[in-house]
Amino acid sequence: MKTKDISVIVNGEEVRASVPVRRNLVDFLRTDAGLTGSHVGCEHGVCGACTVEVNGATVRGCLMLAVQADGATVTTVEGFAASGRSAALAAAFTRRNALQCGFCTPGMLASALGYIDRGGTADRAAIREHISGNYCRCTGYQSIVEAICDVIEERTAP
Amino acid sequence: MSVAKPLPHDSAPLHVTGQARYIDDIPTPAGTLHLAFGLSTVARGTIIGVDLSAVRAATGVVAVLTAADLPFANDVSPSNHDEPLLATGTVHYIGQPIFCVVATSHLSARKAARLGKIDYAEETPILTIEAALAANSRFEDGPRIWSKGDVDAALTRAPHRLQGRIEMGGQEHFYLEGQAALALPQEGGDMIVHSSTQHPTEIQHKVAEALGLPMNAVRCEVRRMGGGFGGKESQGNALAVACAVAARLTGKPCKMRYDRDDDMIITGKRHDFRIDYDVGYDDRGRVQGIEFTQYTRCGWAMDLSLPVADRAMLHADNAYLLPHARITSHRLKTNTQSATAYRGFGGPQGVLGVERVMDHVAHALGLDPVQVRQVNYYRAAEGGLSAPHRPAASPPEDISGTKAGQDGQDMTSRGAAGGGQRISSGTGGARRFGAEHSPQAEDYGPNTTPYGMEVTDFALHAMTDRLLASCDYAARRAAIAEWNAANPILKRGIGFSPVKFGISFTLTHLNQAGALVHVYQDGSIHLNHGGTEMGQGLFQKVAQVAASRFGVDVSAVKITATDTGKVPNTSATAASSGSDLNGMAVQAACDTIRDRMAACLADLAQTTPDKVRFAEGRVHVGAEVLSFAEAAARVYVNRVSLSATGFYKTPDLSWDRIRGQGRPFYYFAHGAAVTEVVIDTLTGENRILRTDILHDAGASLNPALDIGQVEGGYVQGAGWLTTEELVWDDKGRLRTHAPSTYKIPAVSDRPPVFNVALWDQANPAATVYRSKAVGEPPFMLGISALLALSDAVAACGPAYPALDAPATPERILTAVQKVRG
Ligand code: FES
Ligand code: FES
Repeated sequence: MKTKDISVIVNGEEVRASVPVRRNLVDFLRTDAGLTGSHVGCEHGVCGACTVEVNGATVRGCLMLAVQADGATVTTVEGFAASGRSAALAAAFTRRNALQCGFCTPGMLASALGYIDRGGTADRAAIREHISGNYCRCTGYQSIVEAICDVIEERTAP
Repeated sequence: MSVAKPLPHDSAPLHVTGQARYIDDIPTPAGTLHLAFGLSTVARGTIIGVDLSAVRAATGVVAVLTAADLPFANDVSPSNHDEPLLATGTVHYIGQPIFCVVATSHLSARKAARLGKIDYAEETPILTIEAALAANSRFEDGPRIWSKGDVDAALTRAPHRLQGRIEMGGQEHFYLEGQAALALPQEGGDMIVHSSTQHPTEIQHKVAEALGLPMNAVRCEVRRMGGGFGGKESQGNALAVACAVAARLTGKPCKMRYDRDDDMIITGKRHDFRIDYDVGYDDRGRVQGIEFTQYTRCGWAMDLSLPVADRAMLHADNAYLLPHARITSHRLKTNTQSATAYRGFGGPQGVLGVERVMDHVAHALGLDPVQVRQVNYYRAAEGGLSAPHRPAASPPEDISGTKAGQDGQDMTSRGAAGGGQRISSGTGGARRFGAEHSPQAEDYGPNTTPYGMEVTDFALHAMTDRLLASCDYAARRAAIAEWNAANPILKRGIGFSPVKFGISFTLTHLNQAGALVHVYQDGSIHLNHGGTEMGQGLFQKVAQVAASRFGVDVSAVKITATDTGKVPNTSATAASSGSDLNGMAVQAACDTIRDRMAACLADLAQTTPDKVRFAEGRVHVGAEVLSFAEAAARVYVNRVSLSATGFYKTPDLSWDRIRGQGRPFYYFAHGAAVTEVVIDTLTGENRILRTDILHDAGASLNPALDIGQVEGGYVQGAGWLTTEELVWDDKGRLRTHAPSTYKIPAVSDRPPVFNVALWDQANPAATVYRSKAVGEPPFMLGISALLALSDAVAACGPAYPALDAPATPERILTAVQKVRG
């Protein structure tokens, strides 16, 4: 099995590892970096459970190889929580009951943060469009959209 | 009191920070091995040659197991001993596990599993209802038939009569966390299994059988699942057993998780159904007599198909008093995945059958479908709680259960004791409803279901009125008709559907639960019960019950993982029964401890226990006020036990499934929904525009969590009937085995206007804090989406759309062309 040495800044800390070249980013995060908050739901880019941030962009961890992230800065749900970036969203998801089994939640938060931090507005149709690549089998989505809206409205409130 | 508060999910803080652990997140010891199955590539045949040399030689492979390598039982069936873990000479569907690879990594196990060379003598698979009927390939000796009244006479006498057929597809569970298990070998041959399962006791039982051990040598633990929906009631057995056997053979911890494709190819799904109907009715659409013939493809093994098909029969009436009814059910054996439990457990299919009939009759008479439903409703409850008791219909106990247990059957499975079992629990406390005073009483006979159960708590008359008013049904229906008259391409439709869902396991002895509660000397509380958490919020609801009994904040209660070593002989968390059963068991355990504390504290203060009060984190003993912690410490020092078990069994049940007679349910839960849709008549594409729901959760233990169940259930139900299509090819290969081809609802598919409210009446039955079960009933509200689509299609022409499900754009387009004639 061919391997390659890589170095990735994960949640602010450098992770060095020798990884099989075919290992995808989410497996690298879960096994080499020991961060199991990012989940694996389908492993071919449809469900969004593996969504993380790579160099500021929202990325599916199962569609990117770990070697492609060599030298990149990756933030996972654990990093969003530690830095406080997801605090308002986490509170809104909790308050709105926007999670049940919670398996989709880390990916959902990553997608939602991508929307909010790029200045997304509290337009429900636009929010739906933005997170339409993140499946949730439990909630029916209503509470998720409302939670994201809450955060944007809190931010933009005078 | 923490009961009835809309508290968030107990795991929310863990979920939003990524700390919540699922099976695949549990840190494993060094040297943990990983498993993958090699699968059958033909749907029916005999294995004539097996060459696994390439598998054994592959990188990372430690061992390869076939049926011959299994030391004890080779069976992962929940009921019938007809489901080998690894195939034994014959194969019965594409995806059946034949061998198991044990390797150093998940990926190497999966890669190696592809290298097996299996030669088969192929036979023609039985794939369709027609083929199964022609071959008389079925479970049980013939169709099950239940009837009430004189159906043939009623059909002949009725002023109008029509026949029809609806086909409805199955459904993939698509729990976001796939099936997974981890087995950790212990000293002396014991085994600990972590499994993503709704039924830890069954995992324990199947693992014990496979290892030739008594159940006390195996412990199964489950903290949470990433979704279950019924798909983790029996379908996790194979992974847990494989891991345990491999762990025994290698001495190493073993883990297995299906990747999504394997999960969809191997595991069972919702049963697809065909329902034929023949109905006689009057000018108002009042049903005089009705006959249903239900056909379902159960797949290759029995699994839970008998109780699923029973529940479809038990819900063939849904909310309607059918004076004369006959229901025939064919449980067909096919060379496909073994269809299994899925939210509603056959109920949705039965309900959809009669909802189709109501829709068809209304169309034939040119009446508003809501009116037709209302004239057919069961009569409303009267008299409330003071009504007289009524004895249960059947004798109290039957020993057939004991006998089945001796066969090594898993008595905690819903598939257990397939035939002839009759167990009753207690005598009746059912409330009588006031048929005598009802205007329709003479016409349509007693207010009983086709299986002879009196309906005493029917709430849908008032619920329907309130929902129709709150969603402005009449005005919107008129506006839609106007809009449709003006728009040739896009057509709108509106649909209403009610649900009356029976609550209890139909295998009566499963309606029991246990709990274990400890109070520590610092006043903190440890809570455990037999229910499992799959996202539904059961743990929080039950913790709220515990906190309320001790008068403390719910934060004082530590929720702990379900563990067969703490509470034994549990039933699956299924049939919506989780909080009804476990809430009551926990209440009993808490009350035992609380009463002991009260007695001790009263004694010390020379007062009586009734002067001891638990509220707001304090214990009032006469005039003295202690913190709960001080009270616990004082009781401990006085050598009184602060630990107790609790037990509950549902009263008033009595059911004979062969005759189809009795009282299988403790009570009914209700709901009603109105959905509005738009279709594009050129492409068949469609959107849900608005949904309004009024749902009956009794006196809700937690309205926030219950509304979450209603919203999620509706969207999943609508998905079943719209976008979620399972397609098998003529070789029996499932072609939709990944989310790229199988479409569950995304956020863009949910209604943009979605109003959900809870009905505000307490449960007349004496459930925990008078709440009602809420897991499954809202699923059936998704039927209103199919009815709305049918209504939109009906706007295109004079004929009845007879829309099958799932109503994909292709089916809608075909139906549009058909109604245009
Ligand atoms: S696991 Fe990456 S999108 Fe599903
Ligand atoms: S909460 Fe279960 S998948 Fe979203």
